Parts: sequence; structure tokens; C-alpha cells
Amino acid sequence: MSSDTPTAGAAGHDRHVLEMGESHFAGPDRPSWDLYATCVHCGLCLNHCPTYRALGMEMDSPRGRIYQVLQVDAGRLPIGDSFVTHIDRCLDCRACETACPSGVQYGHIVERARAQIEQHYKRPWPARLVRSIFFRHVLGNPVRVATTARLLRLYQRSGAQRLARASGLLRLLGMSEVEALQPTIDDHFFFDQIGKVFPAEGELRARVALHAGCIASVAFSALNHATIRVLTKNGVEVWVPPGQNCCGALQAHAGFREEARRLARENIAAMLDDRFDAIVTNAAGCGSTLKDYGDLLHEDARHERAEAFAGKVKDVTEFLQHLGLRQPTRTLNLKAAYQDPCHLAHGQRVRSEPRDLLRRIGLKLEEMPNADQCCGSAGSYNVTQNELSMKILDAKMKDIATTSAELIVTANVGCMLQLRAGMKRIGRLTPVKHVVEVLDECY
Amino acid sequence: MFSRSIPGKLRKIVGRDAVLDRPADLMLYEYDGSLARGAPQYVVFPQSTEQVSELVKFAAREGLSIVPRGAGTGLSGGSIARNGGIVLAFARMNRILEIDVPNLRATVQPGVVNLELSNALAPHGFYFAPDPSSQKACTIGGNVAENSGGPHTLAYGVTVNHVTGLEVVLPDGRIAQLGGNAGSAAGYDLTGFFVGSEGTLGIATAITVKITRLPESVATLLAIYDNVQNAAESVVALTSAGITPAAIEMLDGWTLRAVEASVHAGYPLDSAAVLLIEVEGLREMVEEHAEAIQALCRKSGAREVRVARDETERQLLWKGRKTAFGAIGRISHSYYVQDGVIPRTRIPETLAKIEEIGRKYSLTIGNIFHAGDGNLHPLILFDSRDADQTQRTLDAGREILEFCISVGGSITGEHGVGMEKQDLMCSLFTDSEREIMLRLRQCFNPNSLLNPEKMLPSPRLCREAVSPGHASLG
Repeated sequence: MSSDTPTAGAAGHDRHVLEMGESHFAGPDRPSWDLYATCVHCGLCLNHCPTYRALGMEMDSPRGRIYQVLQVDAGRLPIGDSFVTHIDRCLDCRACETACPSGVQYGHIVERARAQIEQHYKRPWPARLVRSIFFRHVLGNPVRVATTARLLRLYQRSGAQRLARASGLLRLLGMSEVEALQPTIDDHFFFDQIGKVFPAEGELRARVALHAGCIASVAFSALNHATIRVLTKNGVEVWVPPGQNCCGALQAHAGFREEARRLARENIAAMLDDRFDAIVTNAAGCGSTLKDYGDLLHEDARHERAEAFAGKVKDVTEFLQHLGLRQPTRTLNLKAAYQDPCHLAHGQRVRSEPRDLLRRIGLKLEEMPNADQCCGSAGSYNVTQNELSMKILDAKMKDIATTSAELIVTANVGCMLQLRAGMKRIGRLTPVKHVVEVLDECY
Repeated sequence: MFSRSIPGKLRKIVGRDAVLDRPADLMLYEYDGSLARGAPQYVVFPQSTEQVSELVKFAAREGLSIVPRGAGTGLSGGSIARNGGIVLAFARMNRILEIDVPNLRATVQPGVVNLELSNALAPHGFYFAPDPSSQKACTIGGNVAENSGGPHTLAYGVTVNHVTGLEVVLPDGRIAQLGGNAGSAAGYDLTGFFVGSEGTLGIATAITVKITRLPESVATLLAIYDNVQNAAESVVALTSAGITPAAIEMLDGWTLRAVEASVHAGYPLDSAAVLLIEVEGLREMVEEHAEAIQALCRKSGAREVRVARDETERQLLWKGRKTAFGAIGRISHSYYVQDGVIPRTRIPETLAKIEEIGRKYSLTIGNIFHAGDGNLHPLILFDSRDADQTQRTLDAGREILEFCISVGGSITGEHGVGMEKQDLMCSLFTDSEREIMLRLRQCFNPNSLLNPEKMLPSPRLCREAVSPGHASLG
């Protein structure tokens, strides 16, 4: 189906009663009336939505997207190009959830809408192919993630990248901005560390399972090692349980909820264990999905295990702040600004903990305007919606430029990459670091 | 067909990416914060006053009506294109043009979000006083159209008290300056006349407002009651004692429980009503008034009076109030909010009447008031898929407003008349009063090109609406 012509009622005037026709939704993961109708279209979300702020159009606002979901369910709007365009454009940053007084679970709505799009909408074949390879066959398979990473590493180290950049080939292909966002692949992948146990230093204060992440394991191994160091130095025994896999966040955000469910079940089997006080992650995007396994698996016979798992997941900043940091061995006397990762601030409501940790090691925190507005990274959004992502990034860099921060700190690798690309765009050298990396410098 | 070229001509005026004409997009402009629906034929995003002027001339030539829209948070259908035509969406005219602190004023484009102006003024120690509960999303253009108020209306007045000048585009495309000169008192107050005209006179393209100094000190109190009667008595006691708080808000027991479930503002779940009272000004005065307020509330039957200890507590108490409408969304998928005004001495009997109306129509009705100025916001819960319940809801809302008129009040305090309360204008005003208003509108908007069929009812509608029961009121 690709026609966008609403089937009825577009010119209906003064209608007060909602006529529910035959739904275009079918199959698993339908957005239900109970889920989306909590929206009373008050509009308080609009100005908190990065795409509405950038484009100024109702279709690209949270209220508008929910209205489109309602219209598809009421049979007035097909799952066609228009619906897909606007649902695709959503960052899934969930800033609207923070703004919403009605407690609308927007993330659940948009992820279900995307699951429906995957089931009922035929994308052009190149997109279908790429999405299928990436979401079904690479992510969620550590061997293939490693192989892909090795190929990318070859491109980065063999001189091919230098050639591609210098020759203007990337610009010719319209890929220079996307290409600039790729992370540098590690020499040693963190996958080797899976199965290991890292003992606590001094008195044992807690025992945790670390969720290592898939892309983090090939591109941010150093961050995982720093996480382990900071935890162990604070008296935490860190296990990296075998059998764990990718969290499924990117798949769930893209509408591949079946793949996400498979991974969720694997992670629950591998990591739900009474010995662990918490399941810790250093990636806000992963944490938000790990904490949402209860919803993802709500139809599973053993969904109470998913709930139990979700209840144990803690972002590393949240975990450390509640545990209480030991006296750091050095402090950092710098002015810093903290950028809230969306999936930490809006997805997990964790805002004060990372800031408190940063103050504890001596940083002078300066609040940038709109610190909890998305930077435009949003998982794979900066690749799939590059133009809009860059527009959102530029607004973020303007806000950062109003501060006198000598260091930008955030708590998610996607945000770090995006903000570093943003610094390059405005020609600034201000370093961008993860909270854990900064803590690691102080122990 | 000729009309095929209309989008092309519109694009020529405002640019290629600033016109919507596909049904799938237009349906996103058929709603606002109210229950009304009506899709436009085109949505256009102007970026300058000149473009607005060109658009208006074009629409006049083509016989298309024009409906201006800010953020679409309105609650009376003011931005709904009930006759199709063009919606002028001001999302891209959202710049603050000037902040002039020494002259205590700022000039903004109509699409500037209310709270963003206050945020921009904060470093200078100022803010924009009108504070509708939707202030984090609603636009100042919309505030001008609806003459919006908010909790702090009690002390500071509504939007009209803060607008000193307007640049407007008239329906023939002329650009006019209303007011704007310092201390202008010569001639008719066209600025005042324009504010609250709901888009039926012209289109504001630049708005000059007064800015207000942030108070040195603020105290926020929560008075808790076991019955609504006592809360209403406190309101009268406070205003009679000559204390003018910046705000007195009331939530009834049902509403405060709904709010508490989502915000955890600390409203006691077993109470029948709470008053949220704020005083601001110089530190000594605030302290003195806060003590006097506590004493007066206790004397009129408050079970307990709490004072917010710090800014966090203060913000939390307000968050409960400001997000109250949305919090109802947790309980009911649809609600209908009314906007009646009554003399504050008539609060107790009005509340009793609302309860009676709820029983009569078998509907749940929660109450939130700007109690200090007698502005009621009854919230009627219903399911928009149920035709019978929807009709009962509309009938109940109507009956509440008729009661407000009968005790000497009005049908809107701040949300406007829009397209949902036009027939009640027949009861509120006499034939000759309405005729004067119609003639004034005709001076500006003779062919009803701008926001047609809004606010003022047609004489025919009034003839049909007037039943013997209403005739005595009008």
C-alpha cells in the first residue's frame, strides 16, 4: 500500500464523535487504543520535540504522530509513504514523555507503529535489503558484528579511508557526513572479555553483571574497561556473564521487535541471577531498552522474569551514585557541561546522578540551554535521517557554544560520536567524554 | 480546474516547502486542543509580514478564508478551519525581534512560544506575566487572539493588560500599526480592541509587550480543606481582607487525586479541596502576607496550611496545577474543559450545581479554578467513540455555562468563544450589543475572510437558540 489518500472524513466539519472504521493495523505489536488514546492532544509536547522545533510541522510532532497512529487504526490513513515518512523521522528521544502531563507512553506507541510498518509496508528494495542485513543478520550476532568491524577497520587503517576522504569520492556519493560519524574500530575487541570476573578492590560492596553491548565491544572497548576499573575501584565485583548478546534497542526502535525479543530472552537467560545486585550498562540507549524488557516480552509465558530483569538494570551512573563513590585520588578542576542522553533523561529519568558524580570529582558544572534536547544521534538516526540529524546537531552546538565549558560530558557512546562530529563542524577542539571516562581519570 | 493552480501560487509567495495541500498532511491540522475538528484545504507557513499580506490579498481574490494558528493548544476551536480555506501556521515566524529593557518592552513575532520569551527575559531579571497553563507550548500570537490568562491573572491581568502595540495585516492586505508609541492614549484603544478578537479582525504579525520585573521574593502556600465550602470561603476572606495574592488556584478532591497520581506534588489524597496560593513582591511584604494568609485560611476552615520551603517544593506544587488537564488523560481518554466565570462569592453554589449536572447526565466532572478571579475549569470526562456520551457531555458543558451566566458571570475567562460557545453569546449579550460587535468586525473584516463563523453568532443562530428560558437573560 502506498497511496496516502485518507479514505474518509478529511473535510468533516465540527465532528465531535470519533468514527472508528476498519483498522489498517494487524498482526503482532499493534498500537492499542488504550495506549495511544491517553493523548488528549493538548499540545504541551510540541516545543519539546526536536523534529517539531526543526520543521515546525504538526506531522512531525509527537501529538501529530499519535494522531496519525489513531487515523491508521481508525482506517482513515493507510500505512503508506506519508505515515512511514513521519514515523521514520521520529528520533524516539522521548523528550515528549517528559513534557507530557498525561503520561503517554510515546516510545511504546512509536515502536509499535514501526513494527506495523515492518509488517505491512514495502520499502524500496535497497532499503529493505540493508535493513534486513543490519537488523536481522548482523546486529545480535557477535561473530558477524566482529567480522563487519574487521572490514571497517581494514577500510580505516589500510589508507582506503584517507583516499576516499581526500579524493572527494565520499562527497560525490553524498556520504561524507555519514562517513564522518563512524567510530574508530578497536584493535582488540571486548568480546574476548566476556565470561571474565573482575574482583573488587578493598571491601566488597556489591556484585554486578556488566552488559557489554555489541557495537561498544568493537568500537568502545576502552570505555568498557574504564567502566570495570571505576566499578572495581569502588568495591564492586564485576562479572561479564557469558551468553549475553546485543540488547535489541536498535532493532526495537526500527520495528524489528521479534529480533529484539529473541535477544531479550538470551540476555535474561544469561544475566538474571540472584548473585547479582544489579545489571549494569554504560550505554543509555541499551539501558533504556533493557529496562523495558517487561513491555517487550509482555506476552511471553515467563514475562515475570523479564520484569525481574528490567527491575535490576541500572545505568552505571545511577548505580555508582546510589552506591556512593569512594574518595577519588585526584580531582579535575575544569568547567564542564553535561549533555543528557535522551534515553537516560527521558527514557530512564536519570538526570541528577551523572551530574552529582561529576561534581564529586571537582568539575564545575555549567548548564547549557536545552541540555536534555536530543543531539540528533538517536541510534542509527544520524545515518538514516542525516540531513535532519545535522540540523538538530547544529542547534545543539549553538547551545553548547553559549557555555564556557572546557569539557563536554555525556553518558552514551552514540551521543559522544555525534557531539564530536558537531565539534568538528564548528571547528572547536573541546573534548567530549563519557562520565565513566572522566571518573576513570580520578581513580 | 483553476483551483489546481492555487498551491502553486501559494508556493510562489512563501516558498516551495511552506505549503501543505495533501489530505494526509491536512488532516494533521484539523484539530487543536479542543474537541472541534475541521480540515483546511491548504496550510501555509509564512515567514514575514509581507508574505502574510500577500497571502491575505491572494486569499481575498480567490475567495478562500484564512484561519491563523499558533501551536494549536487552544480549547475553543479558534484555530480550526471550519469552512476549509487556508490555515496560516505561524511556526516559522518565531523570532524575538527586540528586548528593550530600559523601556520595559519586548517585540516578538506571533509564533514565539510564551515561555521562551520569559526564558529569554530571565537573564535581565524580567518575564512576560501572562502565564497560561500551556505556556511551554502556546504562542504569543495565540495569546493575543484569545486574550489568554493564567493562574497569575489575579494580580497581573490577562494578555490585553500586557500588549502595548501590534503590527497587523488587515483582510485587504494593508499593514497597520496599532498602538506602539510610548504612553499612547490618543484616539480609540485599537490595540485593546484587537486583543481577544480571536483572529476575526486581522492577523498580528508583530507584538510589542510589557515586560515585568521578576519578584524579589515569592511564597507559595497550599491550604487543605475537608469541604469545598470552606475553601470557597477562604477565597472570599482573602480578597475581602485586601490581600491580593498573585494567584489563588483551587482543585477539588477528585481532580487533586487525579493529579497526585501523575505528579506526586504532595496534595493530600483525603482532602475535599486544596487552594494553591502565591504571594510575591518585596521580601518583607511577602513574609507578612504569607502569615496573614495562613491565619485567614485557618479561620475559614482550612485543616492545614503548608508553605513551600524552597524552589523545588514550590515548582512541584505548581507542576501539579499546570499539568492538571493532561493528568486527566490518565483517567479518561477524552475530556471537555469548560471556561466559565462567576463572581467569586458564588463559588459554593456553582460547585453544587456542577455536581448536580454531573449526576443528571451521569458524567464525572472534575473542577479546577482560578478561584481568585472566579474562573472555573470544569473537566467533563467522556469517551469520544461513544456518540451518546459525547452529546451528554456537550449538553452538560452548556448547562454549566448557562448557570454561570445566570449568576452574573460569563462563558469564557481566557479560552475564548471560538466555534463551540457561539450560541451562548446570544444569552450573554443583547441583540443591540451583538449588533455593535458585528458592525465593529465589519469595519475590519467586512467579508468574513478571516476566521469565519467564529466568536460572534449570526443573528439567525441567536433567533434559533433563544428559548423562553434564555430570553429573560438576554
